[in-house]
Amino acid sequence: MAQPKIDTSPKVSDEVRQTTCYMCACRCGINVHLKSGKVSYIEGNRAHPVNKGVLCAKGASGIRQVNAPSRLRAPLRRVGPRGSGAFEEISWDEALGLAVEWLGPLRDTAPEKLAFFTGRDQSQSLTSFWAQNYGTPNYAAHGGFCSVNMAAGGIYTVGGAFWEFGQPDWERTKMFVLFGVAEDHDSNPIKMGLGRLKARGAKVVGVNPIRSGYNAVADDWFGVTPGADGLLILSLIHCLLAAGKVDLDYLARFTNAPLLVRSDEGAEKGLFLRDADGKALVMSGGALVPFDRAGVRPDLGAVYEGHRTVFQHMAERYLSPDYAPEAVAARVGIDASRIRALAADLARVAFDEAIEIAQPWVDFRGDRHDKMIGRPVSFHAMRGISAHSNGFQTARALHLLQVVLGTVETPGGYRFKPPYPKPAEAHPAPHCKVTPGKPLDGPHLGYPRGPEHLCLDASGNPARIDKAFSWENPLSAHGVMHMVIANAHAGDPYKIDTLFLYMANMAWNSSMNTAQVMEMLTDKGEDGEYVIPRIIYSDAYASEMVAYADLILPDTTYLERHDCISLLDRPISEPDAAGDSIRWPVIEPDRDVRGFQSVLIDLGARLGLPGFVTPEGAPLYRDYGDYITNHQRRPGVGPLMGFRGDGSEEGRGAPNPDQLQRYIDNGAFYQAHVPEGADFYKPWNKAYQDWAVKIGLYDAPQPYLFSIYSEPMRKFQLAAEGFGTRQPPEAARARLKQAMDPLPVWYAPFGDDAASYPVHALTQRPMAMYHSWGSQNAWLRQIHGYNPLYVPTKIWQANGFAEGDWAKVTSPNGEIVVPVAHMAALNEHTVWTWNAIGKRKGTWGLDPDAPEATKGFLLNHLISELLPAKGDGMRWSNSDPVTGQAAWFDLRVRIEKVDAPTQAQPVFPALDLKGVQV
Amino acid sequence: MTCLPGHTEKKLGLAIDLDTCVGCHACVTACKGWNDQGYGVPLTDQDAYGADPSGVFLNRVHSYQVQPETGAAQVINFPRSCLHCEDAPCVTVCPTGASYKRVEDGIVLVNESDCIGCGLCAWACPYGAREMDAEAGVMKKCTLCVDRIYNENLPEEDREPACVRTCPTGARHFGDFADPDSKVSQLAAKRGGFDLMPDMGTKPTNKYLAPRPKDRRNEASLLAPLLDIEATGFAGWLDRVLGKI
Repeated sequence: MAQPKIDTSPKVSDEVRQTTCYMCACRCGINVHLKSGKVSYIEGNRAHPVNKGVLCAKGASGIRQVNAPSRLRAPLRRVGPRGSGAFEEISWDEALGLAVEWLGPLRDTAPEKLAFFTGRDQSQSLTSFWAQNYGTPNYAAHGGFCSVNMAAGGIYTVGGAFWEFGQPDWERTKMFVLFGVAEDHDSNPIKMGLGRLKARGAKVVGVNPIRSGYNAVADDWFGVTPGADGLLILSLIHCLLAAGKVDLDYLARFTNAPLLVRSDEGAEKGLFLRDADGKALVMSGGALVPFDRAGVRPDLGAVYEGHRTVFQHMAERYLSPDYAPEAVAARVGIDASRIRALAADLARVAFDEAIEIAQPWVDFRGDRHDKMIGRPVSFHAMRGISAHSNGFQTARALHLLQVVLGTVETPGGYRFKPPYPKPAEAHPAPHCKVTPGKPLDGPHLGYPRGPEHLCLDASGNPARIDKAFSWENPLSAHGVMHMVIANAHAGDPYKIDTLFLYMANMAWNSSMNTAQVMEMLTDKGEDGEYVIPRIIYSDAYASEMVAYADLILPDTTYLERHDCISLLDRPISEPDAAGDSIRWPVIEPDRDVRGFQSVLIDLGARLGLPGFVTPEGAPLYRDYGDYITNHQRRPGVGPLMGFRGDGSEEGRGAPNPDQLQRYIDNGAFYQAHVPEGADFYKPWNKAYQDWAVKIGLYDAPQPYLFSIYSEPMRKFQLAAEGFGTRQPPEAARARLKQAMDPLPVWYAPFGDDAASYPVHALTQRPMAMYHSWGSQNAWLRQIHGYNPLYVPTKIWQANGFAEGDWAKVTSPNGEIVVPVAHMAALNEHTVWTWNAIGKRKGTWGLDPDAPEATKGFLLNHLISELLPAKGDGMRWSNSDPVTGQAAWFDLRVRIEKVDAPTQAQPVFPALDLKGVQV
Repeated sequence: MTCLPGHTEKKLGLAIDLDTCVGCHACVTACKGWNDQGYGVPLTDQDAYGADPSGVFLNRVHSYQVQPETGAAQVINFPRSCLHCEDAPCVTVCPTGASYKRVEDGIVLVNESDCIGCGLCAWACPYGAREMDAEAGVMKKCTLCVDRIYNENLPEEDREPACVRTCPTGARHFGDFADPDSKVSQLAAKRGGFDLMPDMGTKPTNKYLAPRPKDRRNEASLLAPLLDIEATGFAGWLDRVLGKI
């Protein structure tokens, strides 16, 4: 039989449009193929700096977002009780008119009564600008319940953290250590990096209670007990110090290790010794001199009138036998010999396998170096170590480990991505001063340098509804979104009028204590009105939160909108280049929906907010695309850095009306390349600092020393000890003294107080579903359609579990009944499940009997936003005491076998959202 | 019954690196996306938003746990698709000749216009690599993206299967196993590329590269303390460590 003839060169598509993915927060470049005006295929853009052509499971499934049955189709006004799902469709004019009717008078009387919080927002430079001009202090995005500990820990230590701040030098690193539940940020770049290491046989180490995904390919796996990572890291530092395997030259030149810590009793104890100009002092050649003079060779071992160096304080602390591997092994869940072996590996690669690049450079002191020395050990971590009540200090410890090894910003180590490096002092401080009818006195979020930057009212009470930047959590750089609804419901510190949310599923998987949050959203006061009177929500899909809002502003999908991935916000830089990018409407929506950012700009104009109207009161911008092109944050500096002015200007330049088209023609992104010789040692490298000023990242060079010892933290500790005019409440003093330790420290997570709940419980987002906030995608839900609770061998056997069994899982906050599955490659004290697969019946366009709604479940029901009452009578929030980060992973549970129910418990009544979809 | 060619000029196939695959499923949906609009009928989904969604995928990833005799359990991520066997039982079992192996490159394909949807080939395949499309009633399988790899409408660098192009870790490699100098042949030689279930006698073209040994055994640490800190005290340690500068 003759072989059939087939067409091996079919036409692929009519047209390819290049934009930016939004199936997660990674921001990969995509080629969207169109046939007859409809999306036919999506693949990665090979020229794009983030993903270089590859694309993950989510990205390739984006085509199924556009026609998802859960899509909202028009603005909605609630007509039944909250939670009923009864809405009527209204016009955009009616919807925006209603919003203005609510928000206008509020701005003129009490703007703080608007709480505006956004979820996985990638337009925070716009949303914060809007909130600031509205005048409310109550604005933040979702960082507080995500990974602020990692971000803030990094900023306060080295001036950057992982993911958007910096990444391993994938090209040169010889050993890569991945900490924590980290199959998430950033998705494709980590996978690409792992692939590069594997291709050349470099060593990959995983430190994670769960051996799935990235940890499955790790050459060595350390199944750490949750919440003990910080202790493990400090033990590694102990081993390195004891052996003298630390980079002394690096510590002396580039960190605050040689600064002198004042030992005299009083209000300055523990602060740095400074000269009359406030310049920190070091000993060099026997003389006391400012740290930044040319030729200074700081002495790490100096003592001046009893003031010892940071180096000595650090070494003395971590050389303590308390940090010896033998002392920590049981708590960490790893044998002492394995901890020692890991420390030895780090030392060997960093020092015995050091690399050199023959690239001369000049440092901030003016000292010339004839080469760049690399310590080819690198690290990455995100939520796994962050989402604990000791997460900030643990993140600090991890950054300290990098610093003592001399790997940060050296070849083969960790590299910053512009606009980072950027230390805490180069960021704004938080602002909270409200004047009715006027903008806030400055940006909401920032990095406090001491108690003077807390957001407190005249009586010393929290000024923000989420109590960010208060004594409860002084360094809450991303806000504390998981406390907003609970605090607003309790009227603590005050009541609000309108809750305005974007892309944040607070009535389901984004809240702790979900069942009670739903009650808070529907609770009525004695006057018969809702306790939270008004809720405005913007989402593209029929999520659980939609049912609890009064006014819905339906968003588009990511293929139908403008977006701006900006250097003012969260750009897509690489270590060798500053980078930004756009989304643009590669297709038009087939329904009455609008991109949220354009709606916000319209609303700003209707409210007459400064920055959104002309002097005559007319709208300043047509839509978000127009704003991206023409808005200037500082003269010549706007949302996008590329093709400014006449189209040839980079970083600084007048607005260019053709800018968006130039981006589209360039694959939807732009890169400004770091010049040769400026690519390492960025915080101290004169060539880098000058380039950063040239393209507008800074307005003046800002070299700095890494903060092994955090002076801002010491200032809060001093307040807790009774010094200074701004004083914490008595109940907060002991907690502040411990939490604000200026040297990284480990303490048991607060969740460990629940000693009668012996098992740790975690969640992970699967790589094929993670951040698929869009919908339950038709393809992806065939990969992850429900989530069992994975149980380690010891607990599995002790309970006599068999395949198909169910378990009751109990925490101090409640109980759930869920299906279990055996997993051997798991820390023996830990159970876990996939996060946010479980859905409420009737939502997301799914049939009510979909497995997500019958077998799928959330651990959220077991997690309270408040800790149990302690001896002090207070119920502290379930958060890190430094940043307020939600301590999701502190959860402790008991587990027991039960008869299989018909579906996972608890079961909530189905929501009826059929009327609002497709 | 359908005959296999005695010899193919090329042996196109995949080398899949199990040491590198993190199990992310990128290849699964890239394959679905391309082939939903590529060779043959679309890959349909049934009950896509319901209780038991079921669609056609030409490539799936499974995760297996391995418990070594000593040491921690391990997880192996295992992508599974047609192996384009030299002795492909799915071809010889086909009653209509719809299943065939191409002479020029060894790709095993289904000629959908001749397929009667009897399912014998899926039964004969020991790897479970074929899936029936419930809507069209024809058998679907990996085509090695035959409509990409020679496609002159694509840039040359894109003429590779969608799963290979998209793989974020670079765990999938495409090439000609008949050419001993090709990248895939070299990789297979260097990394001990093996056949899946060789006892089935199917002579798969695709090769899997085995995971490297993991979890080094405990050994004495090479990281000796500088001196006995408890005996010398902190000052002694400080003198010694700073003496190194």
